[in-house]
Amino acid sequence: MSESPTELGSIDPSIPATIIRERPAVAPAEGGAAPGSGDLTDELLKSDQWTDAMLQAAGIPVADVPLVSIGGGIGSFVTVDYLRIAGTPTSRIAVLSNLDFPWQTYEYLTRVSQIPRPERIRSDSASRPDNIWGFPSYALTEAFQEGKWVELWHVFTEPMWADFYTPKAGRVFAGLEREAKRIGWDQMLVKGQVRMVRKRQGGGYFVILTPKAGVTPTKRVAYRAEFVHLAVGYPGLRYLKELQDFRTEHKDYYHVVSAYEEHEHIYGAARTKPITVMLRGGGIVASRVLQRIMDDREKYGLQTQIVHVFRTFVDKAHSPNEQTLRAWNTRKGSNGFAYQGFNYPKSVWGGQLKAEMRKLEGPARATRYKEMGGTNTPWRRRWQAQMNQGRREGWYQIMQGTVDKMRLDENGKIVSVVNSKGQPGPIEIPADYIIDCTGLEADITEHRVLKDLLDHSGVGRNPVGRLDVERTFELRGAASGPGVVYASGATTLGGYFPGVDTFLGLQVAAQEIADDLARRGFCKKIGTFRSISQWMKWARNKQP
Amino acid sequence: MLPTLGGRIQTRIILLAIVGGIVTAIITPFLPLPAGTTMSQAYKTTFIILAAVIVVGIVWELIYHLIMQWRWEKDWPTFFGLITMINEGIVIWALLHFGLIPGIAKGAVPTSAFIIDFVLVWIVFWLWVNGPMRVVNIRWRFFGGRLV
Repeated sequence: MSESPTELGSIDPSIPATIIRERPAVAPAEGGAAPGSGDLTDELLKSDQWTDAMLQAAGIPVADVPLVSIGGGIGSFVTVDYLRIAGTPTSRIAVLSNLDFPWQTYEYLTRVSQIPRPERIRSDSASRPDNIWGFPSYALTEAFQEGKWVELWHVFTEPMWADFYTPKAGRVFAGLEREAKRIGWDQMLVKGQVRMVRKRQGGGYFVILTPKAGVTPTKRVAYRAEFVHLAVGYPGLRYLKELQDFRTEHKDYYHVVSAYEEHEHIYGAARTKPITVMLRGGGIVASRVLQRIMDDREKYGLQTQIVHVFRTFVDKAHSPNEQTLRAWNTRKGSNGFAYQGFNYPKSVWGGQLKAEMRKLEGPARATRYKEMGGTNTPWRRRWQAQMNQGRREGWYQIMQGTVDKMRLDENGKIVSVVNSKGQPGPIEIPADYIIDCTGLEADITEHRVLKDLLDHSGVGRNPVGRLDVERTFELRGAASGPGVVYASGATTLGGYFPGVDTFLGLQVAAQEIADDLARRGFCKKIGTFRSISQWMKWARNKQP
Repeated sequence: MLPTLGGRIQTRIILLAIVGGIVTAIITPFLPLPAGTTMSQAYKTTFIILAAVIVVGIVWELIYHLIMQWRWEKDWPTFFGLITMINEGIVIWALLHFGLIPGIAKGAVPTSAFIIDFVLVWIVFWLWVNGPMRVVNIRWRFFGGRLV
């Protein structure tokens, strides 16, 4: 993506701090503070490696914790859960985060993108971030706890005769809450904004935390750690350029929104008068928003019109990146969408594709990523029925196209000028509201901690442009004596393992990290006996 | 399940031998074998059948792996793991029927005894690999079913 990333809109106290990062287009030149002030001095800002004496001179207090996990979202949670089960006491781990609880960002994003607690998320039955074993699966638990035995039939017949089973968001959050209590999450959590990670002369790292003003005597505090785990999530959201241009020009953050922003007002408006909504993007979020509009239409007898514009329009089964259809590489598609149960083919989380990707390097890996990924959504029976009805009755229109520019017409409608393949010229489409469901992600340098690492720690990028990690999720180039930095989650997309930004992917990473730490003597290896005895503790809700 | 070819074969040999072995050991005395069959003969017969399911199964795994290539997700749905009981059962039954399994005389195993033995072993094995196995070995599911 060449366009410059943009800010995320208005600041709202209900939005988790991870979502409303300050992202100035050009980082301001930062002057160092005076020595002894408890803040970052010039010497610290400029040095790639810090000594204990430098921090002392700056007056920044130092705490020793062997392992620090930065982020505090689900990525941190799953990794720390593994380490606790591998026998690490809470005193040896600190989680630095501006989140109050691990699923805070996740719950915010799922809720605004139309997955409230009673709805089901796009995740597999055995992908349980609150249970490293994935047993009992969500389906089995739901069957026993709610007496919904039909869910067992569901997982038995998926995906041929039923849509993939997926758990309710509320069940996922409740499970996380129970597990957080069990492993003593709050004892490890330190609230604040992480500013940077720098190598320490003599081995290990310093992590600088800015606690909430007034909580500590100094502006910054430092953590001296042998191991650092980075799980900072998505660096930020990015808008389609023409949408951002329109927003900036007209100062309109109301009629043109991202699906990841609060946009309940649009559904409210649809209930007061007939409106036209334009959707952009063909992924899971577009499907969700579409479902909400169609559900409301049915429930309240509304007249909402929907125009859905796909940049890449998939009209039939296809072999991604191939000119012809190959039987061994065929993905389903129709009416604009590419269909896939989860965001990657299922076997990246453990089977054939995982094994294959583990061996690929450089451009070969980047190509394979393109083939497997791309925007897609699950084929769900209910969605198909709703969309078919909409097309039949003419209130749901789909089209391929890119938008050159947007303007306001005399009736106050937002007109998108769409270039569509096969059309002689641009088509003008008016709409009352536009919802950007493309979910573009910003570059990793948009995240301050990652940018600092790239600038000062010899960390590189992988073939897809994100952080370059080993198969063990060790960050390449960041080793410091016996110290290691690990990274998991969205920032490592493009590595030897593709499904990083998913529940199961975070567990795959956590297992690799825990095993690597066990080899380095930090924790115990989870063998058969430990696994069984720890599972029994999990089942009885006893501390690990 | 999300198997690799190596994982399929390892799971078939090691887990079927252990889980199938335990089930076979428990159920053999209760099978409707012909009158006069001694306990040692009965055990010999049922364990040879189990061995045959493992050996012939390696060929089946190659076929399943090939079939899986037509699936975009390269996965092996839970249902497939159960339904393949039918094709595999028929082949083993036919081998028994024609006396082609070394160590078991033609007609020594009544169809009813074979069905009870085979179906019970299969279902317990299938339930095991779709659940509790993930607790016994936390790496198994992320490495395509490999155990070594």
